This record gives sequence, C-alpha cells and structure tokens, in this order.
Amino acid sequence: MTEPMIEVEDLRVRFGTSEVVKGVSFAVPRGASFGMVGESGSGKSTILRALAGLNPNWSGRLRLAGMALGPRRDRAFFRRCQMVFQDPYGSLHPRQTIDRQLSEPLLIHGIDGIDARILRALAEVGLPDVVRFRYPHQLSGGQRQRVAIARALIAGPEVLLLDEPTSALDVSVQAEVLNLLADLQQSRGLTYVMVTHNLAVVSHLCETVGVMQGGEMVERLSAADLRAGRTRHPHTAELRALSTELEEAPA
Amino acid sequence: MSARVEMRGLRVSFPSPRGPVEVVRGVSLDLGAEKLGIVGESGSGKSLTARAILKLLPAAAHIRAERLRFDDIDVLTAGERQMRAIRGRRAGLILQDPKYALNPVMTAGAQIAEAWRAHHRGRRRQAMEAAVELLAQVRIRDPARVAGLYPHELSGGMGQRVMIAMMLAPDPELLIADEPTSALDATVQAEILRLIDDLVSRRGMGLILISHDLPLVSHFCDRVMVMYAGRVVEELRAADLAAARHPYTRGLLDCMPSLLHPKPRLPVLARDAAWNE
Repeated sequence: MTEPMIEVEDLRVRFGTSEVVKGVSFAVPRGASFGMVGESGSGKSTILRALAGLNPNWSGRLRLAGMALGPRRDRAFFRRCQMVFQDPYGSLHPRQTIDRQLSEPLLIHGIDGIDARILRALAEVGLPDVVRFRYPHQLSGGQRQRVAIARALIAGPEVLLLDEPTSALDVSVQAEVLNLLADLQQSRGLTYVMVTHNLAVVSHLCETVGVMQGGEMVERLSAADLRAGRTRHPHTAELRALSTELEEAPA
Repeated sequence: MSARVEMRGLRVSFPSPRGPVEVVRGVSLDLGAEKLGIVGESGSGKSLTARAILKLLPAAAHIRAERLRFDDIDVLTAGERQMRAIRGRRAGLILQDPKYALNPVMTAGAQIAEAWRAHHRGRRRQAMEAAVELLAQVRIRDPARVAGLYPHELSGGMGQRVMIAMMLAPDPELLIADEPTSALDATVQAEILRLIDDLVSRRGMGLILISHDLPLVSHFCDRVMVMYAGRVVEELRAADLAAARHPYTRGLLDCMPSLLHPKPRLPVLARDAAWNE
C-alpha cells in the first residue's frame, strides 16, 4: 500500500514552439500534500492543469493511484480528482444558485440523495443553510471560495488540485480557508497538490515543496528544510530570503 | 517639496434602498513628507479614504468632512478644474493592475510622453526623450526599446514600472499607491516597493501606501493606520507594529501563516461588534 496517489514522470508541456514544462517528475503519497512554488510563468499552474485534464497537449507519464492517465479523461477520473481555482468570482456561474451549482456534479455522476448531500457539504465547509438558495454575488469572497471547495468535494474525490486557493482573499479569510483545508484533509484523507507563490502558505499546508523555475523543478525539499533554510538551489534561497525579510521586519 | 494633506472627520456614503450607507465614518489624517500605510480588509474604506484626497470617487458617493485640504486647496469646494491641477501634477495615483490601468493601444513611451506633455510645455520630441529618461529612472534596462513596446508586450513588473514612470512625469508632491504590488510575484513585488521607496525618499515626496498586507506595509512605511469598517481603529509607528494593542490589529498579525514560526493551526479573527463603534 505504498503506491503513490499521484505520479508525474518526465512531464513536458509546450505552447506553440516554446516548451513551458521541461521534464518534471514528482510523486505524492496518498493523504499527503505537495506544494509547488515559483514565479509566474515558471510552469507550476501548467503542471496542475495537465494533471486536471484541462490541457491535453502534454507528453510524459501521469498516474493516478497507479492508473495511467491519457490526455482526455473520463467521468470516473473527475469523480476522483477535482480542482479549486484562485478566483472564486470567476469559477462560479454568476447566474446559477449555489444549490444548482452543487447539484450539478451529483447529477453528472448519478449520485442520489442530492438534498441531504448539499446540506452536508455546506455544513462541512462551514456555511449556513440559507446560502443554498443564494447567487454568488450575494456572498463574500471567502464564502464563495468555500462554495468552490464544497463543489469540488461533493462527489467525494480523493485528490484535490488547488491553484492559489487563498491568494484572492483577505489574510483573515485566508486563515479560515487554510484551516478548513487542513481539517478536510484529516477527516477525509485527501491528497492535495497545491500551487502558490506564498512560501508561508505552502509550508503551512504541505509537507513537501517543489520549487519551479523556467519550466523545471529545480529543487524538492521538505517544508521543515525550507523553514530552516536548508536549501540547495539558489532560486529556493532567493524566494526564501524575500519571504523572511518581510516577516522579520517589524520585530 | 511636499504638500500637506489635512483631513478631519471624513465621511463617505453611498445611497441604498434603505437609506445612505456610510462606508468611511469619520477618518482624520495629517500627512507631510512621510510614508503612511493604510491597512485593512476589503471593504474597510481604505481606498475610498485615499481617493477622497483626489476626489476620485464613484459618482454615487457622497462625501462630507469637517476639513479636507490639499496644501492650500480646499478639496471639498474645489471644482473639477482645480482638482485637475492636483491630480497627476501634484498627486499621482498608482493602481493595482497595470494590465487595466495602461492604454492597450498606445506604446509605453507614448503614454508617458502624454502624461509629461499634459504638465510640461514642450515638443513631442522632448516629451519622448523625457519618457525614456523616466523609464531609466524606474530602472528599466534598455529604456529606448521598452518605450516602443505596447502594454501586452510587458510583464506585470515592467507594466507597473511604466505606471510609476508615468506618475513621476509631472513631478508630484504626493504619491498614492493603491495595492501597487498585489498583482505581482513576490520577487517583483519587493523590487517595485523598493523602487517606490527609493524614489519617494530621493524626491522628498509624501507616500500613501494602501494594502491588506500589514507586515509588508510596516516594512516600507513610517506610520501605519489600521482601518476596520470605515474607521481607524489603531494608528502606530511602523517600528512599533509588534506592540500593536487593538485586538483587530493583533488578529491580523496572528492569522498570517509564517515561514519561520510554524503554527499547528492558524488563529482566526473573532470579530467583535464593539470594533464597529
């Protein structure tokens, strides 16, 4: 039972003539969280999108729980693997009620007991029942991100792909969402792959961190090593220095 | 050369079906040649407070104050014409996202030259030379080439430098930066803030830096104002941030994950209705 939940081997993605992911490999054990950090354009989100099946133009090998993934994914894949996007304003349908948006994955996968499941999903992400018949514009940014998480989780996936899940939120709301993600991982044994540019956030949620630069994963290290400054690649050290400089400033 | 901003009891309200809603509720501030940070969550009124100085508020906004002066000009009674003499010329505004704030169909150089010519007498050639010189000042390598590029050909950090160069063109006395780096990468963010910091100090300008990131603001400012629900709940010297007393300020500091001091669980902000009073 030591088979990794996610395996990425020599993943390459190109847009037109330029290769933006240049042979990246990593594996994430079941129930673990793996974070990818880097600047914009470093290829971190592109890896996530290839994993999610949103971009079929890649080469290499991707495996989910030992099963090879093709460029196009079937319904069973989306039942096991879901994604949460950065901007809850953009990822929810503006003219559908929360109720409708949460029932859609259940209808697609032919899961019954929709009523009870929606109420349970809302409770799980800490939203009151009344939210169910509201529209996205009637909710705050934090509430919307909770809805997006509830929608990703409602069909009971094992893997959650998180693309900058808190960077559009206020720091106070960010804390609530990070706590929620930690709780959900514990109670459901989820596997996370998260992309972010914030080192404090990634080391809070993930045990292992991959540092991306120019389409390559230049270093993989544990969050503990990152905190302690045991870095091997200069780019990791540079990112860490920027992050610690601000933290130490006021003290 | 810096103008004094004097604000007493600023109130901004918007009409709603249930009567006016006050979103800035009695804010006072004084500013000279110093760097002031305004920190708060979305909806705390921090942007409206700073923009009221330039009278750049949505048309529906209703603004009242006991006193609101920019140097010798009474902003409350000033007409559009008088305000235009402040906006750009004496006070520049840097916005969050250069993608939206720059004109997509003009080259970077032409936009900076336009800003320069709006406030200086001079020929087109001279304006273009000034634009290239300003691009060099915001530390763009090869400024002559970048002057000929369109906004979509610029990266986020370059775009923000172009914005800053444009704001510096008329030599303002005050710079208002509204979340200038929230759309940028951490590496670029630090560079842009250091650049603003350096230019402001060198030219002796005043700076208002608006952000939701408390540690970041206190790193670059002399003084920090913390806003909550339209009011200033705490004002302190940036160096004394660790000694902040208001529970909201403390909550904002505590709820941030930290790279150096891991917390098993993030404390969440327990909001107190009394903070609204």
